[in-house]
Amino acid sequence: MRVGVFICHCGNNIAGTVDVAKVAAETRKLPGVVYATNYMYTCSEPGQEEIKQAIQKENLDRVVVAACSPRMHENTFRKTVEKAGLNRYFFEMANIREHISWIGEDKELNTNKAIEAVKMAVAKVMNDKPLYSSSFKVNKRVMVIGGGVAGMQAALDCADGGLDVVLVEKSPSIGGMMARLDKTFPTIDCSICILGPKMVDVAQHEKIKLYAYSEIEEIKGYVGNYQVKIRKKATYVDWTKCTGCGACMEKCPTRNAYDHFNFGVAPTRAINIPFPQAIPKKAKIDPTFCRQFTKGKCGVCAKICPTGAINYEMEDEIVTEDIGAIVVATGYGLFDLDKFPEYGAGRYPDVITGIQYERILNASGPTSGHILRPSDQTEPKTVVFVSCAGSRDKSLGVPYCSNFCCMYIAKQAILTKDHVPDSQSYVFYMDIRSPGKGYDEFTRRAQEDYGVKYIRGRVSRIYPKGKKMVVRGADTLLGTQVEIEADLVVLATAVISAPGAANMAEKLHISYDTFGFYVESHPKLRPVETNTSGVFLAGACQGPKDIPASVGQGSAAASKVLSLFSKDMLESDPAIAQVNINACVGCLKCVKTCPFQAIKEEVLRSGKKVAKVIETVCAGCGVCTSTCPCGAIQLQHFTDNQLLAEVNAICQS
Amino acid sequence: MSVVAEKELRVVGFLCNWCSYGGADTAGVARFKQPTDLRIIRVPCSGRVDPLFVVKALLTGADGVLVSGCHPRDCHYTDGNFYARRRLEMLKRLLPFIGIDERRFHYTWVSASEGQKWQQVVAGFTNRLHQLGPLHAKKENEG
Repeated sequence: MRVGVFICHCGNNIAGTVDVAKVAAETRKLPGVVYATNYMYTCSEPGQEEIKQAIQKENLDRVVVAACSPRMHENTFRKTVEKAGLNRYFFEMANIREHISWIGEDKELNTNKAIEAVKMAVAKVMNDKPLYSSSFKVNKRVMVIGGGVAGMQAALDCADGGLDVVLVEKSPSIGGMMARLDKTFPTIDCSICILGPKMVDVAQHEKIKLYAYSEIEEIKGYVGNYQVKIRKKATYVDWTKCTGCGACMEKCPTRNAYDHFNFGVAPTRAINIPFPQAIPKKAKIDPTFCRQFTKGKCGVCAKICPTGAINYEMEDEIVTEDIGAIVVATGYGLFDLDKFPEYGAGRYPDVITGIQYERILNASGPTSGHILRPSDQTEPKTVVFVSCAGSRDKSLGVPYCSNFCCMYIAKQAILTKDHVPDSQSYVFYMDIRSPGKGYDEFTRRAQEDYGVKYIRGRVSRIYPKGKKMVVRGADTLLGTQVEIEADLVVLATAVISAPGAANMAEKLHISYDTFGFYVESHPKLRPVETNTSGVFLAGACQGPKDIPASVGQGSAAASKVLSLFSKDMLESDPAIAQVNINACVGCLKCVKTCPFQAIKEEVLRSGKKVAKVIETVCAGCGVCTSTCPCGAIQLQHFTDNQLLAEVNAICQS
Repeated sequence: MSVVAEKELRVVGFLCNWCSYGGADTAGVARFKQPTDLRIIRVPCSGRVDPLFVVKALLTGADGVLVSGCHPRDCHYTDGNFYARRRLEMLKRLLPFIGIDERRFHYTWVSASEGQKWQQVVAGFTNRLHQLGPLHAKKENEG
């Protein structure tokens, strides 16, 4: 065996705290190693060229690169050795950067640890076997989960690219958060005017199949071949018959149903169409408020409906869709007022959230676009905005910035002045964060042209005094206490992960961070990919994001899907389980433990029962290998021998 | 000698590729300083870790073994880490029967975003082992 080892300096990243020359010198003493060298940047073009030349010149048959994490560059170097004629699995990486040079301060200890890491990789590579991919067919249909602006953009781009798209939205209409906004910053463009036509495009696109008011029940399969079960939730209205005329909503006697679309600013009817531009524009009954469900009698809507669409007996329906890739665009959630006891915890009607104020400003909202405060429906003259209500507050579990609140507060303050010219707005802020194009100019405009008073400091308490709300806080620039008697207080509540985000991640087998936001494959270079191939991210499900960023990610995810689907066949990962039928005793414990049902029983011609791996279904976890009592089923590239060789390299030296 | 005598102990870590190996990478990228004792073996899933690997390491020279996977319910392979948890918990209880202090073995869950938690896990476990001292002291003295 002729192993070549290449030790990377990574500039000073590794060489700064590891004596790379010594690592190379020690490596040359290892049995099997015929060539070892250190190089400034092994991943650079000349670095890779050096590997190829060494393979030819030194007749190497195995290669080890000691550099950064294999999660970073394993694929890069596998391609390099493949180009030089070696099987791509005759390659191992020793992670001497993330796991050694960046975390240890003592050069002697680091160098020794790096030598050991190389020793382990050499032991592993000497036990490696050549593996060959097989190819499988791709089902070129894509599913987009979430019909907000990011999901819609992804769906439209995929559909325009010729793909069949299945769009699943959990609420009764697509549009997401953007459909609720009145205007958008920094142009003060009308939100629904730019979103509405896009929603219509989605509805009318012959390539897009829309499941509104539906949720993902179960996801099975792998990239190219997923089977997804979708739960179509009961609307109690037959949408094939409903024309969206709204007669039912007008006549419904239950007038106190919670309005999810308006975030409870005003009540709605038990049967309702969420908003005038809804897509699909269909009615839906909320059984928690409907008298037919709570009291067992009413039936007004059934009587009034001109097409007989009402069906109180309707049940959830499960449908299955076969698809090849998934774009996740499930958006975000918002903190509730009950998180803020010092601000009244939702007890004061005139302390509201930013999104609620957005609905009050909106012409299709409950006040028809007239700014009227919730308590007495009068026009507020003094409005106080509180930024960072929950954001950047470790004690509330939200240490991060919610990204777009500074901007929407400036927008709402400008709109307040437009609606009520004799009003005065105040903004309590920690910092003004306005790094986007035209954003900083916009916040300045709010202050300079609209006379919005910005007070740098936190609000400690909000309490009622007569008809007013007293906002008490600090002005940290003047070093004084401030008290403002406000008519209306708007809290920019923190952006959090969407309700049920963790549950969804578990169905998708993707990772999520401490806060429930989905984790991308690489924070800089792979921002819309996940570690599960075939699953992509778009929008605020990955972290708080404004509209342009969400739209950008929607398009990016679509382009990733289109490039994935540009091939008819995909290559499978050959690092899957394999059964040695001579050693298998047919106990079939592996069949029971396999998380993917990828192993089945096979009867050989001799009549012997053995386990058989279904190659396309096996995901390569290796649970079967550690289950097998006789070592008959081995996960390729992570066999018992290969892993024990690494253990021995550490322990028996 | 594979470890630097007096300063280090021999610690073997089995890390799943998707969460904990990524978490260790994240810790590295963030330059969260850690003791140098740990030697990391990458496995696809904590469910791939055969308890006998742990025993083999402890019997042949390791002073401690650490296994880390994805958080329960967040496994890249659906429920590989549940199998790991069951096996490793059993292993932990059996270790005293082969004369090994169960504190020399630790399993935990660290996600790819939890760099800081990884630092704490490594520091905590290494510290615990240093308090216990080397497992193979006699052998080392002879050698």
